[in-house]
Amino acid sequence: MELDEYLMDISILITGQAGQGIQTVEKMLAGMLGAAGYNVFATKEYMSRVRGGANSTQIRISGERVRACTGRIDILLVLDEGSVNRISVRIKKDTLVIGEFSEGTAGKNERVGLTALAKEIGNPVFANVIASGIILSLLGIKREMPEEYLKKAFGRKGEEIVGQNIKALEKGYENGERILKSNSVPVVRPSGKQDKELFINGTEAVGLGAIAGGCNFVASYPMSPSTGVLTFLAGKQKEHGIIVEQAEDEISAVNMVLGAWYAGARGMVTTSGGGFALMEEGVSLAGMTETPIVIHLGQRPAPATGLPTRMEQADLNLALYAGHGEFPRIIFAPGKIEDAFSLTQKAFNLADKYQIPVFILTDQYFLDSYYNLPDFTGLKTENGKYITETGNVYKRYKFTETGISPRGIPGYGGGLVRVDSDEHDEDGFITEDMGIRKKMVEKRWKKLPLIEKEVLTPEYHGEADFENLVIGWGSTYHVIKEALDTMGDKKTGFLHFRQVYPLGSEIKKYLGRVKKAAVIENNYSGQFADLIKLETGYEAGKIGKYDGLPFYVEDVAEKLTRFFRGG
Amino acid sequence: MEEMKRHDIAWCPGCGNFAILNTMKKVIDEMNLDGKNLVFVSGIGQAAKAPQYLDVHYFNGLHGRALPAAVGIKTANPALTVIVESGDGCMYGEGGNHFMHAIRRNTDITAIVHDNMVYGLTKGQASPTSMKGFKTPLQIDGVVLEPFNPLAVAVALNASFVARAFAGDAEKTKEIIKAAIGHRGFSVVDILQPCVTFNKLNTYQWFRENTYYLEYGYSPHDRASAFTRALESEKLPLGIFYQNSLPE
Repeated sequence: MELDEYLMDISILITGQAGQGIQTVEKMLAGMLGAAGYNVFATKEYMSRVRGGANSTQIRISGERVRACTGRIDILLVLDEGSVNRISVRIKKDTLVIGEFSEGTAGKNERVGLTALAKEIGNPVFANVIASGIILSLLGIKREMPEEYLKKAFGRKGEEIVGQNIKALEKGYENGERILKSNSVPVVRPSGKQDKELFINGTEAVGLGAIAGGCNFVASYPMSPSTGVLTFLAGKQKEHGIIVEQAEDEISAVNMVLGAWYAGARGMVTTSGGGFALMEEGVSLAGMTETPIVIHLGQRPAPATGLPTRMEQADLNLALYAGHGEFPRIIFAPGKIEDAFSLTQKAFNLADKYQIPVFILTDQYFLDSYYNLPDFTGLKTENGKYITETGNVYKRYKFTETGISPRGIPGYGGGLVRVDSDEHDEDGFITEDMGIRKKMVEKRWKKLPLIEKEVLTPEYHGEADFENLVIGWGSTYHVIKEALDTMGDKKTGFLHFRQVYPLGSEIKKYLGRVKKAAVIENNYSGQFADLIKLETGYEAGKIGKYDGLPFYVEDVAEKLTRFFRGG
Repeated sequence: MEEMKRHDIAWCPGCGNFAILNTMKKVIDEMNLDGKNLVFVSGIGQAAKAPQYLDVHYFNGLHGRALPAAVGIKTANPALTVIVESGDGCMYGEGGNHFMHAIRRNTDITAIVHDNMVYGLTKGQASPTSMKGFKTPLQIDGVVLEPFNPLAVAVALNASFVARAFAGDAEKTKEIIKAAIGHRGFSVVDILQPCVTFNKLNTYQWFRENTYYLEYGYSPHDRASAFTRALESEKLPLGIFYQNSLPE
């Protein structure tokens, strides 16, 4: 591809050490590019360390909506030489490489001593603003807008700081203009329609969904990549009346949240695989006591500590089978940021309605990826009231037609609310009466057919008369969709599941007439493909990735092409 | 009693749990605690069954996990009186980490620990408070670990109310529990009790001979002396060891 050719989008990658301020550049550039009228997508991959190493952030801009990560890099901005090696396979001959690196690096080299220039202005931190200035000037964005942005951002820190930032921006523009003399950068037309939109990531969407779902209690133990949701809710706790507790461990966290639901709150835990493994006993307690709970499980590569800051979709089975014994559950896996909001909001209501655990299954890539999108005012956010005022004679586990017993809470009404982790009778007293045991098991499972009645149908993209089918779940949504769009393959449809359990019966309609189907997921064994086989008998092909990085659009296109050509 | 008739109580005849249960009923009665706003939280073990036999709300959760559930309950609805009642294995063994952090958190909860120095429900293994040399089918040469000292740990962590009682003395135990519930903040009451089936060492007789009450005039507001008294092992002191603020 020639750089001066018209592109639908430009992919910019910023790479450097942890602690060099890549996140600052990401935030600043994304904000400025948004203000310049572009649709912006940003995602990061980073090492499990606080300083040093090699981290990178991808920013894609387009006049059209852009929501997926690509392997392609049009402009590579290097803040630290040592960080180039790891992504060198992605540098092509047309990649414009700018910044601090040694001679002989692949691509079109434009070395700029960012740190030295920043020091001239007074502080190495200005390297970030210089870098942003270079990018903005390459994209032909007029200097006034970023100047205003900096004035707003740093105004509180005084005139001197604002002045230094503007000087750094100028340095960036000077260098950008110099680079443009010997290089051409593709033109991407801004959309200009997105300036009123939200620009948030998966983490914030889960947090906002929780607030919309009436969450007023969250207890957790920090664990990447799920901690962001906890921090987000902590930041909103005063505004929205949310109790936020950092528990001593995940076991404590899940039991606190169950206690909170028992007493009338709406609570959630946010954790990752290892932390969730510790919560499993609590999930089983939720199952037995029929106490609602919402669990946000942000996946990362495992076993054990694995790759703490990276992405994988290998905890589906963990969520699916977590907890000893048998009891129903619901598992959502949002693929779009707006779905993370809606599904989390819905999770609180379904947990409350059916008195079961409801999971939001995300992953590092999803949580750390941003894009602009319309605000949520048009989405349904009604919260149901499921708590009953108890009468003087109250049976917490009353046998009913639906298996759902009216749920009372202590202090609301005249009845006593007795819940027990032992098998119990309708009153909540421990029992070893085998007849009651049998009825209680059946009572708990009676809820499943009701839950199945309101399963969210998978989202289908493609022609009605497709031959082949690609199946995805969770965060791969946009990547698969864009890959299929770029392939232009009219024979292949795409079916995406944002609810992975219960699966529902809709899938059978698709599989009944398909020639060839593949499930794409970020794991080795094909956990969702296995679930589909278990539920439908259909054995789909498996396309996996488990190196800790998300699929790129190009990856998926290439793998699908090979798969459907019978390769 | 009505509850006794309603339930086939799962305890052995002569068990110290009966004494504590009866004491708890008197406490509820004398303090006029409204059963509608009174929540008992327990874990698993023989002691943890106690709330079944009271006319109260209860959350009988997982082994070792009563304290976190209680924190969730009390925080979600501070108008509730929350009492945790469980055994030494549940509170100090499986739930040891929660015990430490519940003290640090200082939620207004009263933790009543039935401490019989043995595992009853699992049939006679050592507990964290079992004495050295105590022989069990599992610790065949006798316990070699140092016993866990809940009072010293609680005082070291500046727990806001720390007391020890003896189930065999219903009257004094009742007063201690009342003071603990009346105390605003996290209160720990370790209640020594015999296990008539599995602990042939620490019997009613043994406790009578090896305990004494903190003397009249002992001030529970001095943390250093509370710690010193908590370390005593020749004879175990009973009473309120430490209280770091006066009840409001």
